[in-house]
Amino acid sequence: MAEQNDILEEHISSEYKYGFSSDIETETAPPGLSEDIVRFISAKKNEPQWMLDYRLKAYRHWQTMEEPRHWPLLKYPEIDFQNIIYYAAPKQKPELKDLSEVDPELLATFEKLGISLEEQKRLTGVQSNIAIDAVIDSVSVKTTFKEVLAEKGIIFCSFSEAVQEHPELIKKYMGSVVPYTDNFYAALNAAVFSDGSFCYIPKGVRCPMELSTYFRINTSGTGQFERTLIVADEGSYVSYLEGCTAPMRDENQLHAAVVEIVSHKNAEVKYSTVQNWYPGDKNGKGGIYNFVTKRGICLEENSKISWTQVETGSSITWKYPSVILKGDNSVGEFYSVAVTNNYQQADTGTKMTHIGKNTRSTIISKGISAGHSNNSYRGLVRINKGAKNARNFSQCDSLLMSDKCGAHTFPYIEIKDKTAIVEHEATTSKIGEDQIFYCKQRGIDTEKAIGLIVNGYCKEVFNQLPMEFAVEAQKLLAVSLEGSVG
Amino acid sequence: MNEMLSIKNLRAGIEGKEIIKGFNLEVKAGEVHAIMGPNGSGKSTLSNVLAGREDYIVSGGEVSFNGKNLLDMSPEVRAREGLFLAFQYPIEIPGVSNINFLKTAINEIRAYKGIGPMEAKDFLKLIKEKQALVELQGSLAGRSVNEGFSGGEKKRNEIFQMAVLEPTLAILDETDSGLDIDALRIVANGVNKLRSADRSFIVITHYQRLLDYIVPDFVHVLYDGVIVKSGTKELALELEEKGYDWIKKEVVEA
Repeated sequence: MAEQNDILEEHISSEYKYGFSSDIETETAPPGLSEDIVRFISAKKNEPQWMLDYRLKAYRHWQTMEEPRHWPLLKYPEIDFQNIIYYAAPKQKPELKDLSEVDPELLATFEKLGISLEEQKRLTGVQSNIAIDAVIDSVSVKTTFKEVLAEKGIIFCSFSEAVQEHPELIKKYMGSVVPYTDNFYAALNAAVFSDGSFCYIPKGVRCPMELSTYFRINTSGTGQFERTLIVADEGSYVSYLEGCTAPMRDENQLHAAVVEIVSHKNAEVKYSTVQNWYPGDKNGKGGIYNFVTKRGICLEENSKISWTQVETGSSITWKYPSVILKGDNSVGEFYSVAVTNNYQQADTGTKMTHIGKNTRSTIISKGISAGHSNNSYRGLVRINKGAKNARNFSQCDSLLMSDKCGAHTFPYIEIKDKTAIVEHEATTSKIGEDQIFYCKQRGIDTEKAIGLIVNGYCKEVFNQLPMEFAVEAQKLLAVSLEGSVG
Repeated sequence: MNEMLSIKNLRAGIEGKEIIKGFNLEVKAGEVHAIMGPNGSGKSTLSNVLAGREDYIVSGGEVSFNGKNLLDMSPEVRAREGLFLAFQYPIEIPGVSNINFLKTAINEIRAYKGIGPMEAKDFLKLIKEKQALVELQGSLAGRSVNEGFSGGEKKRNEIFQMAVLEPTLAILDETDSGLDIDALRIVANGVNKLRSADRSFIVITHYQRLLDYIVPDFVHVLYDGVIVKSGTKELALELEEKGYDWIKKEVVEA
């Protein structure tokens, strides 16, 4: 409560605060995509043959696929895939012993973003304990707290490192939830992904701190294609956070990530995202095209996967974090706040696929549209034959802030088992002039009133976020919606 | 001389229609004025105009509040200057707790006066104390603003908010409407406890009933956008007895 007020009291600027670009020495591949580029990336990363083979298979498959242009409610010009740089990396020494060897400009960049890569600072309680994998453009630059985590047998490192150090785990799990054949962007990612995070929690271990990946696109003209793989072994628990920002640029930049989660027997994974890629300017110029495939599988009984997302950035968002409920009694959750303002477009939602018995899923989606934006919820609840006593509850609310924006809901429900209970609730409302006036009459100005009302509206989702993220999310919401009522 | 509120020849309306047509009223500190009138006489328009609702357009006249030009102020500044409106239909704000709402409001008002935010423990003490005033359950304060409140609870919540925010001028817009006799008594008791030498009230009501509990210093009858008759509490009783037709007739004949 007190926390909430502090946030609202804080002065918030309406500018996109992370729009700076850093002058970091980078090494880039020439623009364009070909087998040579795929080989170039693989060679840069010193990858084993099996990894290169996987990339090439994905690339060849991608060439046969079509962009998903027809079914999402998104309008954007043709993307020229030959005009994108598929690899950009800050130049640095091959082996980093400690932080002092990292380019100071790079450290400064993360400091500016409010993210400290210095573990000391965090340990002294200046900030809370979060282990971070920082990814800039195409590569992971630093993973903190590795040693502390290693004591518990937890592996938390960059994806590239995992390919080298833990090939057996990567071979076993990579592509097991999102195969490269899954969709156009997943195939593209599998071919050219440059880095990302890998996390493995061994049997019976409760991860003692939040794990976090921080993504930053910096170089102009590049795409970012990272891959995250999280494996929670039997009876383990991990809470994972993802944050992202990008400089303000007039061009559109492509971000096509893949996140895979595997939750074993009695394991639980909580994945939280605060997505704040540059949304473009007031007239819709620039911004990130965010085409992301996120999926988790509850592989065995009593496992749980929970997605929480707060989406405020990107000019286009195409994203459906999903759960395959394979194990009996497994639980899937999706909590989402998606905000669009100006000319942003979002087509986002989830897929819950019930396979095991007594599986349960919950979907809470809160869409907020302002300006000339379009915001769609698209979700599939699928109950397979044999998924006895499966349960789903879905609630999709849309809030309109202006009379020029759009809110759409596309719920798909496929039920193949008679014992299923599926509930769907949906509401659409316009932010009340009455509510704002009521706040004003109590001495609260319009901006703060909107902050209060919208945060109240999103409360069920924010409650799911870890404290630091909830605070961040509330601030972001206020910034995203500043001056948006009308 | 010590006018808290001075309304001179006020003209105002909504959607191009003039509803308040040359309204005059002087309210001194510590006074309670009741404004009565039949449906459509402009009672709610008056309260909305004084609170600064944007849909209402002021076409003439002056309103001074504690010596300042009220009509120049935004709604939130009016509130911070000490004007409080108890809504006829209190608004629900889902997901925002009453406590958080009030804390935000108090601190906004304090900031306007150049005072820092209230200490958490002082705030909680204040809340506890004021809740008792309107016999509001502790749990209600933690619930979302007016969400799922009964009609009576909503009205009590308005008085509770008023008690917490301690305005200098409170306008009660048909606070009695939709209240049963017990709720009416609680609300009126709350208001009476807040009466003081430096706090004034404008009680807008359709019925005399409320005035049995909140005894006014003056009663005014509003008809077709102007005050057509003023008197003391006896006027309210006369109205109750004779109905508004009597006033209407008088106005037509005059």
